[in-house]
Amino acid sequence: MFERKIFSRTAAVAAIAGLAAVAPAKAEDTVKVGLILPMTGGQASTGKQIENAIKLYMQQKGDTVAGKKVEIIVKDDAAIPDKTKTAAQELIVNDKVNFIAGFGVTPAALAAAPLATQAKIPEVVMAAGTSIITERSPYIVRTSFTLAQSSTIIADWAVRNGIKKVATLTSDYAPGNDALNFFKQNFTAGGGEVVEEVKTPLANPDFAPFLQRMKDAKPDAIFVFVPAGQGGNFMKQYAERGLDKAGIKVIGPGDVTDDDLLNNMGDAVLGTVTAHLYSAAHPSAMNKDFVAAYKKAFGNRPGFMAVSGYDGIHLIYEALKKTGGDTNGDKLIEAMKGQKWESPRGPISIDPETRDIVQNIYIRKVEKVDGELYNVEFATFEAVKDLGKTKK
Amino acid sequence: MTSILTNLFDGVAYGMLLFVLACGLAVTLGLMNFVNLAHGAFAMTGGYVCMVLVNRMGWPFFAALPLAFVSSAAIGIALERTLYRHLYTRSHLDQVLFTIGLTFMSVAAVDYIQGSSRVFINLPAALQGQFDVFGVGIGRYRLMIIVICGLLTIGLQMVLAKTRFGSRLRAAVDDPRAASGLGINVPQVFAFTFAFGCGLAGLGGALSAEILGLDPYFPLKFMIYFLIVVTVGGSSSITGPFLASLLLGIGDVAGKYYVPKMGPFVIYTMMIVILIWRPNGLFGRTAAR
Repeated sequence: MFERKIFSRTAAVAAIAGLAAVAPAKAEDTVKVGLILPMTGGQASTGKQIENAIKLYMQQKGDTVAGKKVEIIVKDDAAIPDKTKTAAQELIVNDKVNFIAGFGVTPAALAAAPLATQAKIPEVVMAAGTSIITERSPYIVRTSFTLAQSSTIIADWAVRNGIKKVATLTSDYAPGNDALNFFKQNFTAGGGEVVEEVKTPLANPDFAPFLQRMKDAKPDAIFVFVPAGQGGNFMKQYAERGLDKAGIKVIGPGDVTDDDLLNNMGDAVLGTVTAHLYSAAHPSAMNKDFVAAYKKAFGNRPGFMAVSGYDGIHLIYEALKKTGGDTNGDKLIEAMKGQKWESPRGPISIDPETRDIVQNIYIRKVEKVDGELYNVEFATFEAVKDLGKTKK
Repeated sequence: MTSILTNLFDGVAYGMLLFVLACGLAVTLGLMNFVNLAHGAFAMTGGYVCMVLVNRMGWPFFAALPLAFVSSAAIGIALERTLYRHLYTRSHLDQVLFTIGLTFMSVAAVDYIQGSSRVFINLPAALQGQFDVFGVGIGRYRLMIIVICGLLTIGLQMVLAKTRFGSRLRAAVDDPRAASGLGINVPQVFAFTFAFGCGLAGLGGALSAEILGLDPYFPLKFMIYFLIVVTVGGSSSITGPFLASLLLGIGDVAGKYYVPKMGPFVIYTMMIVILIWRPNGLFGRTAAR
């Protein structure tokens, strides 16, 4: 009896093994991309934009590349790193994905890094913006941005445009601190003075007391970094407190005037100057087509997260083309290094040394175009590398 | 000096807002002894109703506010009659599980219908900006909050202390069996009170969109604040939560202004100190019922 049981169990195992042996034959023709994004929770708009952009790209370019069918598997991590790790594990072990991609926030991208290294598959970061991310695994490539890129540029711009005293208001977490440090470094090196420095808690309901402190410090401008969703609240309270009338400008990386929310912020936001990688108003033919197609498909305008997702999937396609459909992780990473292409945001490339993105950073001012609020670009800093790493 | 007064003003406005949001919870938790963690969901409903009426249908803001109250109260009474009343006699754990489930459902539902990004209510120009009184910056919107919430508080206190309904409610709470023996329709009194608490939350939700931000995660994000108000204030009257709200509002604003590095901890430190000093809250009942 006992032996029989064992026998039947072995048979079952053999049968499963047999099945498994059949499955890869089919899997040979598909390339699986595990997309880990915050689809619920406070960062959900990031996840939705990236997913939408990827859908759009695959509608436009087809779902086959180098003779293989591309399959996207979306997992929701709600921007919680524990969940990211579990999702990455499931995708790698059970679904046998060839890429993991997405990552709405820095902790999520970092949580998946050791798994990418172990599994030797590319991790394409499409949102998270802290400099250190690409240093955590030789398999990480980024198509979004780093906060060092936009923060140093806005500091240089501020110095050149007669802004001498700045008060800073940044969210107290890794990207906020990155933004603050890189801004301070370049701004003080250029002769500027930071008169007030406030870090707001990440889950901050009311900016009033912080803004009052800013107002009393009487700076020329406030440097602001808050996660995309909080930008609207900040701008409203900035206007309510009359900081705009006191002649205090808002400058910062473009997260605060994200296209996703910009149009609902009210006229108080007019004149805000930010440095960023993408504006829906970027005046290129390619971007006009991209914005029109995105609007048609999803009913709202794309933000910088959408464009990062769009470029992320493009990079995956191009890497597969270059390897001729080979899904070996090392070969794919090699193929991604040094890729150059025209994106809706402008010309971009992947730095072969750091695997991070090199892109133009634009200085933009919020203006009204056809009755809607847009970030209108008026100056360009070309081919900006991630200064967060090159300095080390 | 003027910035002290501005901060005091901001703190009072913030506290008043917390009070309107949380006082319904003080009623259900303190008076009806029911743990309603879904309270924030009613606040969110009010906020979204107001947003849709003002932004999409062009209603004036002040006409939409009562509707925010009415719609939350209507949903409150519907849920009370169909779901909540079955749980009055159950253990607190059952109540917690039920209401937290309801909260998650409301989050998902609003996310599905309205999307996950933050929404704002278009305010009339008269409510925007700040004006100066002897150098003290007074935000118009915050001033309106103080006026509305102040009137509400006085009204509530009058109703509870002076009217027949108030005495029925207090009787029903003190001893439901004796009260129903005296001919008071206890379930009806509770249902009405519950609905009124939900309505207040709805009004608070509509008022808070401008200051706290309104998105589908509102009920989860602010649950802690509501609970702090009720635990610190004690739940035997509405004076307790009212004073607790003011204290927390002013403490939070002052803490963030004067010690920004410690800012977020001030409100929790205050809660811990007060609860060590008076475990039943500032105005809690000391003797068990």
